[in-house]
Amino acid sequence: MYVAVKGGERAIANAHALLDHSRRGDHAVPEIAPKQIREQLALAVDRVMAEGSLYDRDLAALAIKQARGDLIEAIFLVRAFRTTLPRFGHGEPADTAAMQIRRRISATYKDLPGGQVLGPTFDYTHRLIDFALAAGAPVAEPAEAGEGEPADTPHVTALLDGEGLIERNPPQPSGRPVGDLTREPLAFPADRDLRLQNLARADEGFLLAMGYSTQRGYGRTHPFVGEIRFGEIEVEFVPEDLGFAVPLGRIQVTECEMVTQFKGTAETSPQFTRGYGLVFGQSERKAMSMALVDRALRAREFGEDVVAPAQDEEFVLSHSDNVQATGFVEHLKLPHYVDFQAELGLIRQLRREHADRAAAAGFTREAAE
Amino acid sequence: MTQDLPLLSVRRLGKSYGARTGCRDVSFDIHAGEVLAVVGESGSGKSTLLNVLSTQLAPTTGEIHYRMRDGVMRDVFALSDAERRFLLRTDWGFVHQDPAQGLRMTVSAGANVGERLMAVGQRHYGHIRHTAVDWLGRVEIDAGRIDDAPRSFSGGMRQRLQIARNLVTHPRLVFMDEPTGGLDVSVQARLLDLLRGLVADLGLSVVIVTHDLAVARLLSHRIMVMRHGTVIETGLTDQVLDDPREPYTQLLVSSVLQV
Amino acid sequence: MNAPTLTGYNFAYLDEQTKRMIRRAILKAIAIPGYQVPFASREMPMPYGWGTGGVQVTASVIGPQDVLKVIDQGSDDTTNAVSIRAFFARTAGVATTTATADATIIQTRHRIPEAPLTDGQILVYQVPIPEPLRFLEPRETETRTMHALEEYGLMHVKLYEDIARHGHIATTYAYPVRVAGRYLMDPSPTPKFDNPKMHMSPALQLFGAGREKRIYAVPPYTRVVSLDFEDHPFEVNRFDKPCALCGAHGVYLDEVVLDDRGGRMFVCSDTDHCGTRQEQGHRGDLSTPREGSAA
Repeated sequence: MYVAVKGGERAIANAHALLDHSRRGDHAVPEIAPKQIREQLALAVDRVMAEGSLYDRDLAALAIKQARGDLIEAIFLVRAFRTTLPRFGHGEPADTAAMQIRRRISATYKDLPGGQVLGPTFDYTHRLIDFALAAGAPVAEPAEAGEGEPADTPHVTALLDGEGLIERNPPQPSGRPVGDLTREPLAFPADRDLRLQNLARADEGFLLAMGYSTQRGYGRTHPFVGEIRFGEIEVEFVPEDLGFAVPLGRIQVTECEMVTQFKGTAETSPQFTRGYGLVFGQSERKAMSMALVDRALRAREFGEDVVAPAQDEEFVLSHSDNVQATGFVEHLKLPHYVDFQAELGLIRQLRREHADRAAAAGFTREAAE
Repeated sequence: MTQDLPLLSVRRLGKSYGARTGCRDVSFDIHAGEVLAVVGESGSGKSTLLNVLSTQLAPTTGEIHYRMRDGVMRDVFALSDAERRFLLRTDWGFVHQDPAQGLRMTVSAGANVGERLMAVGQRHYGHIRHTAVDWLGRVEIDAGRIDDAPRSFSGGMRQRLQIARNLVTHPRLVFMDEPTGGLDVSVQARLLDLLRGLVADLGLSVVIVTHDLAVARLLSHRIMVMRHGTVIETGLTDQVLDDPREPYTQLLVSSVLQV
Repeated sequence: MNAPTLTGYNFAYLDEQTKRMIRRAILKAIAIPGYQVPFASREMPMPYGWGTGGVQVTASVIGPQDVLKVIDQGSDDTTNAVSIRAFFARTAGVATTTATADATIIQTRHRIPEAPLTDGQILVYQVPIPEPLRFLEPRETETRTMHALEEYGLMHVKLYEDIARHGHIATTYAYPVRVAGRYLMDPSPTPKFDNPKMHMSPALQLFGAGREKRIYAVPPYTRVVSLDFEDHPFEVNRFDKPCALCGAHGVYLDEVVLDDRGGRMFVCSDTDHCGTRQEQGHRGDLSTPREGSAA
């Protein structure tokens, strides 16, 4: 009669075995290798590295395989692995002006030093399912760049700054090292370094929606894409016992600099303001959204009214992390029967009392009639 | 002895926002039971002044001293956060023009009135509820509405509820920001009548900001006329309104109907 | 449980530096009972909301000689309890038990064991939302000020509203308490039935909220008082019947639906307590031989 509602260790082990089996799918189809994911699902790998906050293409590819393509699950795996790694320190500020560029576009100038470099992009493709891909059609060789000196590619914001048209990047408050929210709990109000770190790790979909909301009037910033650049940069680190910077390697990043709503006061003449986005790998959607939200979150700094969700630091920073969000949403499937029992008891009691009152009221009405 | 001291003493108070002046060089005293009206057009600095007086804004210059219940005059901006917030929810009141700013719109009228009591440690539900019923009666709200949320109340009722919520701890000083603004004329008259009675019964000191000289005449003992952030004329209400010295005050007075 | 200890990871998963950081937070929490200490919560290999806070606290206080018990909803055998117990068996190689009396550390979600705890035991709670004022005031900056200034009137407004609307305080779990006469604290979503067990408990009670990055504590023999009104005193949940399996009175019961015609039975939520009583020969109305029950 009494059917146990308990999970049981064996049931859990069986569930995990079934998961492994489902992951493999039909054995008639060749098993996918992590390096295939690394090479052919590169943008998925980029997203897992960015939101997993760990630059390792092979590890991200393996995580995607293990997670059966569920990217948030893969991000979670990477994050849990990241926890176990020791932290040696932080890199030197990366020089994105020296980026080896694969793509660089500006929406504010038709032509500019360094030029518009389209690079590998979905933009301007027609979104038609390409059935030839299913058949494994051969891929044409890409065009080679022309001969000549590689052009200097200064930031668009540097060009604007040359004329004093845009605010200087506000410096890190002196005496305080750059924060790391994976080592110190985030406290509010948070400075921009921590906000940017939070946004760089944030869920792409969440940032996209927040950035989008600013365009639709919930915290408008009048943004222009100063530029988006994607390519390789060098990461340098100063080991304590050496005392000088040594290169650690090269990583791919996407950077977006938004030129936004200008500000001026009685003392300072009007200048454009900035929103900044930087993510691992190639993800313009995320870098742009990040730049929009970064600017929106600077509302307090510019004395703007904080009225929209994207301007609300506690709201944005507390809900941007998909590993936190998915855990808490999905924990609702854990048993809650102890709490539910307490609610059941109360609601039964309240209904009983309600019925008693109704009965008593009915009785007095009858008596009065 | 301490009764001779003013309740609130304001000296050379000023508030500026960068280059723009909110108010400047404001000095006055209020004694127990006294009602001071601050009048002027919008932009005259009267709302800025009220926000500084009630410590919601920090002044740029000047000082405010308040006679605490122990009789000691204290600099209100030198109080700790805890002391200041305690003062704000016990000995002071603040009636907003928009009742939604001063009420908790999602909790019942009874809880709105009872909140200050619970904040100072009352822990007997029956007593809190009894006090709430009493106060609802004093502001002419039917006791049967005690469990309704202010959302279902009319504008005039909400304003009366906000007044009850403020007065339940028997504050000695109440700030009012255009308390009759936004209400129909007939509703205004009833509210003014009620306020006048409560102020007299309780011996409240009030600083009331209004652009409506009729309100000032009905409620206040003294009046302060503000323009461009400064006080241009001050005196007994009847005197100032019947015989204004400043041309600007004369203009204000001539543009309203006599009550 | 004989699973081999996981290679490549430190004892109890976390590195020693992280454990030191968490221990500092725990010591601070013990020094200020009921105060929420922010800590740099790490990403753990289980999801946020599934006990990462409790796991980090346990990982920081556990030693090789400890004996660990893990319960969820009072039971040692629910999925999440099994998973967390297996995690520590693999990463720390510690002995595990289901017997409350044998455990030195008990990690729990939503219950306090029925058997009284004793000196030297540590009870580690998993906490989803540590801030008791959160649903009254969503802003962290504001709730921290309210705690700092001891402004807890708003919590009573909530209780007042309950009584005005329902005639009772309608909070049945996560029932707010005052600790050592100072801090307002969320006891985690335990049923209020368990609140009195927190008061003057000989055991050390530690609370970990991983996603919200907070640790708080109730040291042994500390006053823990459930909020109430003088004329509506705090009351625990009551059950009309004893446990159908072991006949225990005054324990928290789970409702088990037997069929779709309204058939119900009520059994101990604390499975160890129930099993121990049955071994001692106690019987309830519906107890049957338990061999071969389905898993």
